[in-house]
Amino acid sequence: MSILVDENTRVLVQGITGNEGMFHTRQMVEYGTRIVAGVTPGKGGQKVDGIPVFNTVSEAVRETEANASAIFVPPAFAADAILEAADANIPLIVCLTEGIPTLDMIKVKEYLRKKNVNLIGPNTPGIISPGKCKIGVMAGYIHRQGPVGIMSRSGTLTYEVVDQLTKKGIGQSTCVGIGGDQIIGLDYVDLLRLFEKDPETRALIMIGEIGGIAEEEAAKFIEKEIRKPVVAFIAGLTAPPGRRMGHAGAIISGGKGTAQEKMEALEKAGVRVVKNPALVGEEMAKIIEN
Amino acid sequence: MKIHEYQAKEILRQYGVPVPKGRVIQTAEEAKRVSEEIGTEPVVLKAQIHAGGRGKGGGVRVVRNLSEVEKVAREMIGMTLVTPQTGPKGKVVRKVLIEERVEIKEELYLGVVIDRAKASPVIMASREGGIEIEKVAAESPEKIVKEWIDPSIGLRPFQVNKIGYGLGFGPVEVGKLRPIITGLFNAFHEKDCLLAEINPLILTKNGEFIALDAKMNFDDNGLFRHKEIVVLRDLHEEDPLEIEASKYNLNYIKLNGNVGCMVNGAGLAMATMDIIKVFGAEPANFLDVGGGATVEMVKNGFKILMSDPDVKVVFINIFGGILRCDTLAKGVTEAVREVKVKVPIVVRLEGTNVEEGRKILNDSGLNFTVAAGMYEGAQKVVEALKKVGA
Repeated sequence: MSILVDENTRVLVQGITGNEGMFHTRQMVEYGTRIVAGVTPGKGGQKVDGIPVFNTVSEAVRETEANASAIFVPPAFAADAILEAADANIPLIVCLTEGIPTLDMIKVKEYLRKKNVNLIGPNTPGIISPGKCKIGVMAGYIHRQGPVGIMSRSGTLTYEVVDQLTKKGIGQSTCVGIGGDQIIGLDYVDLLRLFEKDPETRALIMIGEIGGIAEEEAAKFIEKEIRKPVVAFIAGLTAPPGRRMGHAGAIISGGKGTAQEKMEALEKAGVRVVKNPALVGEEMAKIIEN
Repeated sequence: MKIHEYQAKEILRQYGVPVPKGRVIQTAEEAKRVSEEIGTEPVVLKAQIHAGGRGKGGGVRVVRNLSEVEKVAREMIGMTLVTPQTGPKGKVVRKVLIEERVEIKEELYLGVVIDRAKASPVIMASREGGIEIEKVAAESPEKIVKEWIDPSIGLRPFQVNKIGYGLGFGPVEVGKLRPIITGLFNAFHEKDCLLAEINPLILTKNGEFIALDAKMNFDDNGLFRHKEIVVLRDLHEEDPLEIEASKYNLNYIKLNGNVGCMVNGAGLAMATMDIIKVFGAEPANFLDVGGGATVEMVKNGFKILMSDPDVKVVFINIFGGILRCDTLAKGVTEAVREVKVKVPIVVRLEGTNVEEGRKILNDSGLNFTVAAGMYEGAQKVVEALKKVGA
């Protein structure tokens, strides 16, 4: 088992004919992901490495029964691409695009409330259930299948943690990048709920960072609902207030959203908070090996 | 992106929000003429810098006699203003806003921000104006009226009523607040703001509301559709190295330490700063060369780092993943030769072909210390710092 994606996931790629879209489509196919369709308006009828391209998502879904979408569309058009995927009732939408205007995402979120679909991202490396399915831009080979579920607001920092685990022989059930923006789809709480129910997942890693209150909300939820052990790292203890640290959502504003506050909230909820990012894997090893 | 008070007031004026009569000047010679145009005595001179708390550092001066206005303007333009928000170095004042002085009966707060948890804009209003809203929120949250705006229906008239009557005003005042609340929200929404704030919004002795101070922050991701906002950027308000970095599309923030960091990805970049601190050193900067970390980006990153005299050791931490380490390593050595990096460099590279990458670094004849992971990298940074005596 795993959460959200597995070997039966049928993926379509929005923006498949662009540079990024095409490169990562090939990487995903190489990993074993079932890419069944691509969508680029105006390029319907073409093929990319034998994958049929359609003009619209609804047509692609009708023809190929795709049940997940990966969005590689430039920021100005990405909100529309998410809406199109939601309109076609694709159950899982993964938006890799960085740089979507915040107010566009607020409208998207409002529309998604009316739909029974899950959005991952935007501004995410994607999601991977090792050995089964990868929808995103992460390097497949650093992962291995196993018992640890990972949730993160960051890309390369997640690779770092995955690498630490894999080098210790600890695999991952599913790794989800929830996205570095202010307004995102699935958050920690949504994923915690799914991981808690997933029989393959024995323990969880949460990688957070400064800005917002998502980690605090997660802490409250963990205290009440989560039985599985959780290890957390929060990036940005040394980040100055009022500055946006690369990610649109990583900012301490009005004294709120500091790493310190988040660590305290998580510790209070019984989470093992690691202060040295190089030791996350080691902390997890203590749990798994017991 | 941030703008000045006078620019924010100009935008709000276009949206029907009353602002004091005034104009911005850049030379003291203009002061007298502008004051005469305003036509009232006294006038208020306000230093235009991107930081709050200006009143505390002498950045807001009331001039009762117009014959003195040029002298005061001369004192202000070119001064280094230190406020609680500028940091100890302060900021040089290059522009001064001259305004009519209005008689204040009451100070209010009115602002629009994004509530991340609710994924919705929220209007906040309070009769405790003139101070930071965070303080009010922490000490007496009951004094803040909040209205969340459903993006599909926008701000509705009943919500303006809820705010106005919620603040305890009567029908006359609520009627006068209506265009101000609506105008502020429309400006926020149409200009892709992350924050639009009038603090204080004052009620004058004549019973009128006027925006005495205004602040707007824009969503950088929305700027592509707002050319009219992009031109308002004031480069004097930004760190020169940060401007240079933004030209290369690098995310760079100057900090106070001496370990120059170059990392791919924002989260890993923050974590790298954190681990440096764990080992007892201080990062000189945040520098994210992008998740993809191309050779070109690494070169540009070095140019930025080497322009900072505080940097005594460089720590490169790149988790390439899909990227090939041999390509990256070649790029790093090229960049070091080209930019003539003179300080010790600790490199941690991870990704496809990592062994080949490390070999290229070790065989380059350059001053590299190659680390096998983040932990070892941070350790070696601290050792290198000791060697250079920093």
